[in-house]
Amino acid sequence: MRYAADVATLARKDLQLELRARDTLPAMLLFVVSTLVVFHFALPAGADELAAQGLLWLALVFTALLGLARSWAPERESAALDGLVLAPCDRSAIWLAKAASTFVFLAAIALVALPAFAALFAPVTWETVAGVVLANVGICAVGTLLAAMAAASRTRELVLPLLFLPLAIPLVVGGVGASVSEEPGRFLAFLGLYDGVFAILCWASFEYVVSE
Amino acid sequence: MICIRARGVEKRYGRKRALRPLDLDVERGAFAVVTGPNGSGKTTLLRLVAGLAAPTRGDLDVAVDRAALGYVGHEALVYRDLTGLENLDLYGRLYRVRDRRERIGMLLERFDLWDARRERAGSYSRGMLQRLALCRALLHEPDLLVLDEPFTALDATGAALLDRQLADLAAGATVVLSTHDPARVGSLATLRVALA
Repeated sequence: MRYAADVATLARKDLQLELRARDTLPAMLLFVVSTLVVFHFALPAGADELAAQGLLWLALVFTALLGLARSWAPERESAALDGLVLAPCDRSAIWLAKAASTFVFLAAIALVALPAFAALFAPVTWETVAGVVLANVGICAVGTLLAAMAAASRTRELVLPLLFLPLAIPLVVGGVGASVSEEPGRFLAFLGLYDGVFAILCWASFEYVVSE
Repeated sequence: MICIRARGVEKRYGRKRALRPLDLDVERGAFAVVTGPNGSGKTTLLRLVAGLAAPTRGDLDVAVDRAALGYVGHEALVYRDLTGLENLDLYGRLYRVRDRRERIGMLLERFDLWDARRERAGSYSRGMLQRLALCRALLHEPDLLVLDEPFTALDATGAALLDRQLADLAAGATVVLSTHDPARVGSLATLRVALA
């Protein structure tokens, strides 16, 4: 109960910071829409719908990367992360709250990106929606941990993509598979398994990321 | 009763030695003043005591858990886009402070931040940020207070406020304070630690 209260307090703080500063979500929305527009003109007329599905996932992953790169910026200023680390809450609550608030941002991005994709390319199926939701869970779990690791580095802008993109490959495979396969259930189950495994790993290892 | 016990505690960052091997015993209720030139390891020692860093060598035991430790470092450890009040409310919730609102209000008034409580911390002056950091560190009435050069950036009024607060704390809590001006807290000090 206490753990849940700490997570709620920290997640609410993240959402409050974003609502006030508005420096991440608007940039992500603009990026995902402009990327889909660029892809729309880059894809040759009459190109296969399957190729368009792949481009949707590229746009979503790179938009998520943009948000993740900013996710620990408020903690870097004035060393607020030290303040959280000193607080008597379980340190994994800091990760869970950040992942939850990032999930809210990615859900907002999906609410704009999927209709935009439907307007520019092809109808969005429920399998794609389910794939996006599951992939976003994995992106938030892994990305939040890696972004915290990268935030401690001077070359964080380079480190985060290098760490995150290889680990995002299974999410893209699962997401594209769920969107285009005859058997989307297998790919959705794969995404669910990825989420479960990496959520546990990240939850358990965050303590070591923020401890020296 | 010992509150902090250090035996051969040393800190290195790669090849660079940040703190020479140190033995230290701080009794519960003591007021320890840490002095030394720049680069002698004052900040490193205080970060070790607070648990923000781990010693490279040696044993360090701090007989106080995180819930009872207050820390003021070189940074305010607050969110610049939250107001002073929201920052203290956040920490008050995380530390499960009883009568949180009353305690926050009392500290904001004591440190002369009440009128600025609804302004973003990012708009605060350096001195106001330092006072907000002190409010944050004192919010949960810690048993062990670790203060890294707390008089930095405080004007005469702020420094006088801190003097009074430290005098109150010296009666009960254990205080470890680093300073370049040991005379300022000379009357309170029960232990002096000079780093070379």
